[in-house]
Amino acid sequence: MKIFIIIPAHNEEKSIGPVLDNLKKCGYNDIVVVNDFSKDNTEKIARQKGVVVLNHIINRGQGASLATGNEYALRNGADIIVHFDADGQMMVEDILAMIKPIIEKKADITLGSRFIGKKSNVPKFKMFTLMLGKIFLRTFYRVRLTDSQCGFRAMSKKAAETIEIKQDKMEHASEILVEIFKKRLKYKEIPVTIKYTEYSKEHTHHGRFHLWSGIKIAFKMMIKRLMQ
Amino acid sequence: MEPIQIILVIFVFFALSRAYLRYSEGKIKAAEFAFWIVIWVSAIAAALSPKIVGFFSNLIGIGRPADLIIYIAIILLFYLVFRSYVMIDEIDQKMTKIVRELAIGRQKKK
Repeated sequence: MKIFIIIPAHNEEKSIGPVLDNLKKCGYNDIVVVNDFSKDNTEKIARQKGVVVLNHIINRGQGASLATGNEYALRNGADIIVHFDADGQMMVEDILAMIKPIIEKKADITLGSRFIGKKSNVPKFKMFTLMLGKIFLRTFYRVRLTDSQCGFRAMSKKAAETIEIKQDKMEHASEILVEIFKKRLKYKEIPVTIKYTEYSKEHTHHGRFHLWSGIKIAFKMMIKRLMQ
Repeated sequence: MEPIQIILVIFVFFALSRAYLRYSEGKIKAAEFAFWIVIWVSAIAAALSPKIVGFFSNLIGIGRPADLIIYIAIILLFYLVFRSYVMIDEIDQKMTKIVRELAIGRQKKK
């Protein structure tokens, strides 16, 4: 079984080193860092750790980075692809639980959830925006999940080939869910722990403007649907 | 003749000359050129004799002839903005594709 860990990274020099160390310690060898035009030492650190680094020559966003990682993994014979964050919020130990249903062919894709079983210390305001996101996805796209915006996911080769990530920016999280439901993939939610460290809270895409970016995402998704 | 009519006519002639230039350069086809002639000639007609617009606006129940023109202009603009939005989105996706292939291609060489 070839398991690829895809890590999109944009200016993550402070956290990517330990994340890669942890992954390697747990025996994951096919690690792909998609460096989305970082202006710091992200690329250098990743190369020092001896993992595959794919460089975007201009910034294209997290969705685009994940799609690049998927494409690379599929071309290199991946059986399972795991999406993992570079900011150290996710626990390497959770990966096993994420890929287990896929190995056992009980699911095509597994999605990390912060709201079943294990406890994550999700900030209150973030809880509120996540709630709104959930309601939006449920009413307009019939996506029923406990956690719609968790970036932790694992998928089989088949699922990775089926799901098209067209949204370059943060809308991809919702887009993937919509694709799962549209293409009737077998999915499973897995309880995971997300650590909200001071560093990750400061970091741009988890910051204060979460509600506003959420509204923008919802609006963009609706416009896109209108155009298709 | 009101000053606004003169300005409009000058503008239309300018636009017509542009269309003619493109046509003589072979950038647009005869049919396209004819389309622009029809558009701009009717614009001149409307500018010189507002009664024509009045006829149409009365026909569909808009009181002031000028309003009809504004409405049509806004609808057109909306349409064009929407189209640009779609086009930018398509270009964006193509750009991402190129960046992706470059990223994967360069990795292979190393």
